[in-house]
Amino acid sequence: MAPKADIQLTTDVLVLGGGPAGAWAAWRAASKGARVVLADKGFLGSSGATAPGGTTLLVIPPVVELREDAVQSRLKAGGYLSENAWIHRVLDEVETYLEKVGEWGYPFPKDHNGNPLRTHLHGPEYMKLMRRAVRQAGVRLLDQSPALELLRDANGVGGARGVNRLTGQEWEVRSNAVVLATGGCAFLSNGLGCNVLTGEGLLMAAETGAELSGMEFSRQYAPSSAFGSVTRGRMLAWSTLYDQEGRVIGRGDRAFGSLQQHLLNGPVYASINLADTEEKRRFLRHAHPIFFMPLERAGIDPFRDKFPLTLRYEGTMRGTGGLRLTGNDCRTSVPGLYAAGDAASREKVTGAISGGGAYNASWAICSGNWAGEGAAEYALSQAGDTGKRNLMPAGRYGLVQHSDAGRLMDVPQIISAVQSEVFPLSINFFRSEPVIRASLDRLHGLVPFLHDSVSDDHRHRVRAREAAGMVATARWMYSAALARKESRGLHALAEYPRLDPRQTHRILVSGVDRIHIRAEKVPHSSELTPEEGMVL
Amino acid sequence: MIELVSRERCIGCSICVKVCPTNVFDMEDGQLVIARQEDCQTCFMCEAYCPVDALYVAPYADRSVEVSEQALLHQGWLGSWRAEMGWTPGSETTMAARDTTPFFEQFTKTHRPKES
Ligand code: SF4
Ligand code: SF4
Repeated sequence: MAPKADIQLTTDVLVLGGGPAGAWAAWRAASKGARVVLADKGFLGSSGATAPGGTTLLVIPPVVELREDAVQSRLKAGGYLSENAWIHRVLDEVETYLEKVGEWGYPFPKDHNGNPLRTHLHGPEYMKLMRRAVRQAGVRLLDQSPALELLRDANGVGGARGVNRLTGQEWEVRSNAVVLATGGCAFLSNGLGCNVLTGEGLLMAAETGAELSGMEFSRQYAPSSAFGSVTRGRMLAWSTLYDQEGRVIGRGDRAFGSLQQHLLNGPVYASINLADTEEKRRFLRHAHPIFFMPLERAGIDPFRDKFPLTLRYEGTMRGTGGLRLTGNDCRTSVPGLYAAGDAASREKVTGAISGGGAYNASWAICSGNWAGEGAAEYALSQAGDTGKRNLMPAGRYGLVQHSDAGRLMDVPQIISAVQSEVFPLSINFFRSEPVIRASLDRLHGLVPFLHDSVSDDHRHRVRAREAAGMVATARWMYSAALARKESRGLHALAEYPRLDPRQTHRILVSGVDRIHIRAEKVPHSSELTPEEGMVL
Repeated sequence: MIELVSRERCIGCSICVKVCPTNVFDMEDGQLVIARQEDCQTCFMCEAYCPVDALYVAPYADRSVEVSEQALLHQGWLGSWRAEMGWTPGSETTMAARDTTPFFEQFTKTHRPKES
């Protein structure tokens, strides 16, 4: 039996993660009459990829042809791994939730007919409103309270344990259902708002037996200024790109070669000099203030000066993979465990390509609502008291507090070892079988260190668990990458530069010590014609 | 990265301690300290939430730089992000209300210079 926690709570639904998906899940579950606790590593309002910047939404007017077009083009672009019914669900529902955000006070701009344009949300404002809405719905918030492991018994998941980072107190929440909304894993690459996304949520789920899907679709890098954190590719549409000698290598949407390739050859500079009037500059400045402010603070005039670019790795956050969903209510393969947002695989709506931008934002809102409702119904339908379940902590990696060996886990070393496998374009972007295999072997070699002991300091404990999450995530990514012997969407292997119609399936991974891999059928695979297979 | 807590301005309210997503700050004997600067993710949220504009986040994500409070004041950077967001009391409008993103694609199509 684990020692008694300082804070013991019993509730119906526990939501882990306070980004948009977690906030919506908590709000929905509470609206359905469930008692809800939401625990976030940081603070609901500032945590996650959405809060500091903004998020573009997938909203398409309810015109049958427009929606059919969107669904069909996504099906094709996503390598036939998406599911039309799920995209329709998102399109049908997201508008309703955005109306709510408007009612809660969000100042959506209006078109010339006075109709609100609900296609973009400014992060800080949006998440401040979400915090208020969640609290008003009666949700109990545990801020600065990272979860470390799930609780489970023979009937499935039944809560979680963690620590409060400010007080060091241990908390334990027992609940008949848990919604995992801990985001993707961005491996501490310093992208805006993304350093809370370290994969331990995925690890916690996997430790209870949950499967993951689409982890091979994880080759997404985002441009940012070389020194800054703000990853916004959009402004490049108004930029000229230069190489070190000042030669033009791209202009607007036209790039001569890929940014990845150029950056392997040497530094790349951008100047947003296609905005050639004051009016245009003002327009762009107001579209993405978060992009401009840091450049201005660095003394750069982004409209006239050239500033160096880099690519920051975005992991599974703007990749596609995550926990496999097995039902419309966003349940996972483990009873009592639900997933939403980037913690879930987004293949159902994005297929094999990135859900970055619009798709992911609308997905976070909708999947949050579905998971919240699903979890509430499940929890309320369970007879008996969670307090009486024989729940045990399910965590196994990066959690040992007193190992016999006495060797202390070298957490920074493990983290930088993982980063040196997943950041380099030469390994992860320009993927080839021998390189990925060698990298995966080195990653496997890190697993024994996850059984070293961790000091009692609560911050070290959180970091150790994050390191374990990153090791696990990287290994799932590369295991899945080797299992998909073709190139499709976000995944590519040099040896197999083409799409192979026979691999129009999903790749599922599970397990931590030993990784199991299997394929899953998708509903639209037969719609991929051989001719299309040639061009995709 | 977070580079400055203005001793003169900070009222010790602990809001930034609670808001920082990566747990960079500590309160020590009633004084705010940047305890783990290396964990800062350069997200500027603490600046947005500080009620007295006592914090400055430099734009450099991977390295720490020297800053001087006098120079920052002079350049108008202290509190500039909160003001731009419209979160400073008395602000007439917000960043969200000025947002031009919904028109971005159309604007780009219409106004971006054509290839010559
Ligand atoms: S910039 Fe972000 S991560 Fe850094 S101290 Fe402020 S709130 Fe924390
Ligand atoms: S929010 Fe501002 S005033 Fe409050 S403790 Fe932090 S720096 Fe000081």
